[in-house]
Amino acid sequence: MSQTETTSKRPSRFTVRVKRQDDPRSAPYFQAFELEYRPNLNVISILQMIAAKPVTTEGKQVAPVAWDCNCLEEVCGACTMVINGKVRQACSCLLDELLAPGRGASGEIVTLEPMSKFPVVRDLFVDRQRMFDNLLKIKAWVPIDGTHARGPGPRETQEAQEERYAISRCMTCGCCLEACPQFTKDNMFRGAQIMAQAMYFNRHDTGKQLKDQRLDVLMGEGGVHDCGNAQNCVKVCPKEIPLTEAIGRAGRQITVHAIKKFFNAGK
Amino acid sequence: MTQGKRVIVVGGGLAGLAATVRIAEAGTPVDLVSMVPVKRSHSVCAQGGINACNDVARQQGYSEWQHMDETLYGGDFLNHQPPVYEMTHWAPRIIDLLDRMGVPFNRTTEGFRDLRLFGGSLFKRTHFAGASTGQQLLYGLDEQVRRYEAEGKVTKYEFWEFLAPVMDEGVCRGIIAQDMRTMEIRSLPGAAVVMATGGCGLIYGKSTMSMICNGAAAARCYIAGAPLGNPEMIQVHPTAIPGEDKCRLMSESARGEGGRVWVPRKKGDTRDPRKIPEAERYYFLEEKYPKYGNLVPRDIATREIFWVCQEGLGIGGGNMVYLDITHLPRETKDKLAAILEIYETFTGDDPRETPMKIFPAVHYSMGGLYTVYTPEERPPVPGDPLPGVVGLKHGAPDNMMTPLKGLYAFGELNYQYHGATRLGANALLSCIFDGLFCGLSVHNYALEQPASSNSTAAFQQAAEKEKQKAQKLIDNQGEHNPYELHQRLGLEMTAAATVVKEESRMQQARESVRQMKQQYKSIKLADAGGWTNQNLMFARALGDMLPYAEAILAASIARKESRGSHYRSDYTQRVDDPFHKTTVVSYDSAADEPKIDWEDIPLPMVPLRARTYGKVEG
Repeated sequence: MSQTETTSKRPSRFTVRVKRQDDPRSAPYFQAFELEYRPNLNVISILQMIAAKPVTTEGKQVAPVAWDCNCLEEVCGACTMVINGKVRQACSCLLDELLAPGRGASGEIVTLEPMSKFPVVRDLFVDRQRMFDNLLKIKAWVPIDGTHARGPGPRETQEAQEERYAISRCMTCGCCLEACPQFTKDNMFRGAQIMAQAMYFNRHDTGKQLKDQRLDVLMGEGGVHDCGNAQNCVKVCPKEIPLTEAIGRAGRQITVHAIKKFFNAGK
Repeated sequence: MTQGKRVIVVGGGLAGLAATVRIAEAGTPVDLVSMVPVKRSHSVCAQGGINACNDVARQQGYSEWQHMDETLYGGDFLNHQPPVYEMTHWAPRIIDLLDRMGVPFNRTTEGFRDLRLFGGSLFKRTHFAGASTGQQLLYGLDEQVRRYEAEGKVTKYEFWEFLAPVMDEGVCRGIIAQDMRTMEIRSLPGAAVVMATGGCGLIYGKSTMSMICNGAAAARCYIAGAPLGNPEMIQVHPTAIPGEDKCRLMSESARGEGGRVWVPRKKGDTRDPRKIPEAERYYFLEEKYPKYGNLVPRDIATREIFWVCQEGLGIGGGNMVYLDITHLPRETKDKLAAILEIYETFTGDDPRETPMKIFPAVHYSMGGLYTVYTPEERPPVPGDPLPGVVGLKHGAPDNMMTPLKGLYAFGELNYQYHGATRLGANALLSCIFDGLFCGLSVHNYALEQPASSNSTAAFQQAAEKEKQKAQKLIDNQGEHNPYELHQRLGLEMTAAATVVKEESRMQQARESVRQMKQQYKSIKLADAGGWTNQNLMFARALGDMLPYAEAILAASIARKESRGSHYRSDYTQRVDDPFHKTTVVSYDSAADEPKIDWEDIPLPMVPLRARTYGKVEG
């Protein structure tokens, strides 16, 4: 179908429902905005239209919707939200795709909600600090000697590079955690993101110096054993990171690590 | 050690993170201030790679010197030479360091770092990590910063916005910043302040830059007295995907592999492009430049696309042309898969089936805050053709310091290194180099500072000023909408000061910006609240973009020549006398106007020569 044909079948206006919350302590509520249809809109440009003219379908002037975004190229991870029930980046979510026929009973309505697994700051803007804190806990870095000239890093096969690169594209967006039934606002579960990151650093020749310390964290509360194997994470990852594979590998590394620890305990 | 002294780094992209790592390593704790979690900084958008001389290229006759020469030639000699000398000579060890940090660089069969060919060089000197090199480099540095954070040497202030430097008796003693969630405004004292806040693309409305790249932080330093260097030098990329929200790059490789640029011959033709017969298509690059066709140099392609749209021949009469790869064989399309997917993700159209719609977009700010450095004469290294060369003195406290003592500018914000145009894959290098090389300068400067400053009054005063400014914006009951005003600013700047500049159009733009400044005084916010008020932050940034826009226009008007990215249709030649000079723009606070001075550019190593890309044949 050509662009022109597609456009002619589009509605002249469409409705966006936004789940709003004024601050972390107040109760959420929904507000609807009716907007003029234009071709090539994505969810970010919809939010920009609302920001420029925040008037609800009832004609009420309201405060503009707050949301988090930056690169708009699906590489920084900031604009993650729940769109028509699915967690994804707002920048790469096109309106035409949401309005496509056969998209369910919602018809011409687009529903935007904040991620439910993280505390809301305001409206669609959530606080994902927990993901960064977890990176600290698993020592997500390569312990280099310092920045002085010491020649190149360890040589690596292209195969190993591809394996690491696949994980290193993780943009800490939180989709995997939003979709995970084990990960909740109040529990300790660390989730797929951090297991994959631990495996990323354990795979590197210098990075693996901290392998045991990372595995200690993943053995503890909220670690690999709490994974319920629902495999939702891998389905929603926008970067197609092999998350379940990483969790599997983490499990195997922990088994070996635990046995080693057991035999070393007496020494 | 720096007893009790801390340094502030504003901005957590490559430059800010590299600076943080180096300063913390040297022993001075760092407060890292960023509008976004640093891992989400704009550096993630860079795809291509990072340039450095390497062993393979060296054995083929390449050298750091040649990398320097390419950078100067590309920049049309508006760059200072000692910083470029030092940067290009440090480049190989920067790549080694990033490699040690675990950046997943692509590998050869034997496991060495792979290299690719990039614009401006005949040698393979570009290192890359998949199709997201910037993201990978940023993550590598982010990880090292996290390590120092774990050791207590770095404190992050993420979701904090820089509002102003705090000056006391001519010395920068810290900053005023605001928590973007709670809206708390507070002062942060620092023995030195490193600004690493990137480019100013949002002044042009839509650009390839991220949403935080609005130039407001630069403008706030400019208003506080730090001059701008070459603000007229703005790089425009010929092929971007225009979006409703931003423009996204479409790699030049689409044309390299045989992509053709065209528009319908009939003005305002609304037919499906595939139904427009060959004879009714205007392949304007091929017709105007039979020899080079679609592969004319970047600046020419940019200007031709722009002109054809100005004539009203753009798609549907608008600002877009077709970049068509539909005719290419399947194997070629497969080779372009990664970039074609980007197009498909953000437009919903499959470029294998439908011609892509593209337009030039503002991409990079070569200009920025003006800085100084300490040159150092020294003997040559292998590859240097001169008996003596000039680099930077490592650790000299003033390297990349602005004329405001104690206030530094690193990365894209720094006007150094790229002159009038930046070469592809040199941006990542200059950002990391600034942080790593000049980080030591910041540490050394901090060492010289008194253990505790007596600037309490200055801090209180500056914080109070910002609180009042915010309150005034919230209380304002005018008729102008900040988003609408921003949209107009973007359209005006794009029309007057991007691809083709001309005196009378720019004068007209200056007049409109003056009017916008008046209208800005009577804007009205849609949100008067005191919690995560993004409306306020946007409106405040807009107020700072306006004087920055004036500086860009004033410098563009004053430079009556064409050089690099700065193309004047009324002065089409490079004129070294008198314009082989840095444009130094200071803010005249009494007149609320930019003031222009010219500064000579010394040529200690490479003499001026004509920039003749693309004109060698024929």
